[in-house]
Amino acid sequence: MPGRTKAQADASSQDADMQDVPPSGQDEINQDAEMRENAEAEEEEEEEVEPQRVRILPGSTDTAASFEFTDEGHTLGNALRYVIMKNPDVEFCAYSIPHPSEPKMNIRIQTYDGTAVNALKKGLSDLQDVCDVVAEEFWTKRQQFNSEQGIDR
Amino acid sequence: MAPSAEELLRRNTVGINKETVSNVASTDFPGHFPGEDHAFSIERFRSAFSVQFHRNELNDASFSLIGIDASLANAFRRILIAEIPTLAIEDVYIENNTSVIQDEVLAHRLGLIPFNGGRDGIHNFLKWYKKPEAGEDPYANSFDWNTVRLELNVTCTVNPDAAPNENDPLKAYNHAHVYAKDIVFVPTGRQVEYFSGDNAIVPVNPDILIAKLRPKQTINLAMHMHKGIGADHSKFSPVATASYRLLPLIHITKPIIGPDAEKFQRCFPQGVIGLEKVTREEASKSGSGYEGHAGEFKAVVKDSMKDTVSREALRHPEFEGKVKLGRRRDHFIFSIESTGQWDSDELFLEAVKHLKLKCKKLEQQVINMVQ
Repeated sequence: MPGRTKAQADASSQDADMQDVPPSGQDEINQDAEMRENAEAEEEEEEEVEPQRVRILPGSTDTAASFEFTDEGHTLGNALRYVIMKNPDVEFCAYSIPHPSEPKMNIRIQTYDGTAVNALKKGLSDLQDVCDVVAEEFWTKRQQFNSEQGIDR
Repeated sequence: MAPSAEELLRRNTVGINKETVSNVASTDFPGHFPGEDHAFSIERFRSAFSVQFHRNELNDASFSLIGIDASLANAFRRILIAEIPTLAIEDVYIENNTSVIQDEVLAHRLGLIPFNGGRDGIHNFLKWYKKPEAGEDPYANSFDWNTVRLELNVTCTVNPDAAPNENDPLKAYNHAHVYAKDIVFVPTGRQVEYFSGDNAIVPVNPDILIAKLRPKQTINLAMHMHKGIGADHSKFSPVATASYRLLPLIHITKPIIGPDAEKFQRCFPQGVIGLEKVTREEASKSGSGYEGHAGEFKAVVKDSMKDTVSREALRHPEFEGKVKLGRRRDHFIFSIESTGQWDSDELFLEAVKHLKLKCKKLEQQVINMVQ
């Protein structure tokens, strides 16, 4: 989460800004920020060690490739399939879970134009944009509803 | 060439017919309709997407996501159920258990009890617990920031003040019932800062019955709580239910008037169909189907959201060809009931954040893969 990392780096250099950071432990600002930074550093270390979870399956070409995702399922599979299918450069996209007791999910992409890898990348980034829009809209409508109904928390 | 409003409505409606469903699959993909552009664009998504709140309580929220595909709505629902972490009892160390409940059954019952506590502590201070390898010290990875210790020590005794012929065990004995409220939280290390006073780790419902005892029976155990996810065990699921349904649509194609209207109203749950008087104006218009019925009642759709789509109206011959039932493909009425560790509305935001993070990590992985 680069966004968060940045906010906290700022907080440790100039404490005044900490007031602007929404929910956080207010009491021991320094100690907390330090602890969180350590935790963040640990998380980053873990991310570096994180094993490769995506691979291209054999037999794939530039414009027609199958990808194997480890530890992913229908949650991501179907959502990703949908956004990739919305890409006009994509001729075909489908996902499958070859066997229910193996934690693997395969995505097949065939393109008219551009590479399958780029279509996959675009799909993942479009999905992130969707999440941003959904979260933003949800947030504003919730605040609006709460203030109308006098819900305070 | 832009499709007509009528055509758009048809595409957006899943048909619910007497014995079948129709038009079930989404068709909003490039190339599906010649000359139409269905390519993904975030601006287009933003302008089509909206949220409506119906209810927002701590343990029960309901809202509609409008203008989103089933695959995305379903991803959020699945994440809510299976991928958002909560704290639950994972290890039970039984010192003594002379109750009739077997150790393993007791441990299972304890695991399923939902707990609540200081939000900052649960969400930010507590981190993942990693199980030690076989042969390693079993407590090697247990720290104040990943393990919460609870104890349960109850012994049943005879109540000396009870009447001699008392039949109610709750009056005749002390601690005949062991409840969730008998569980004692033992703060360790920095947990004192996060989980004291109102923020203490306590069962969401203090009256959950854990076991029944008789005099001299005793339960004496300690528990360790860890963070986990619903995919691993449903005790970690943050929701009691997280579900959606599509908005029901009722389309009255030909007028339903008089006694038929009242019968039609009774085919639906209360509040779905309303009765209105046919106006003089409507009755005077030829071809409207209201001719000569001024002042009689006609059936109108008042609130289709309350409908349960029972298809009862389709069973009666008098309504044949007069009503069409359906559901709106892109209108998801979510209902989220939290078990207490998160607020229901907060849970949805967490699910969205979770999906984004998942995509972000995998995007990096795809970049690494190509290199």
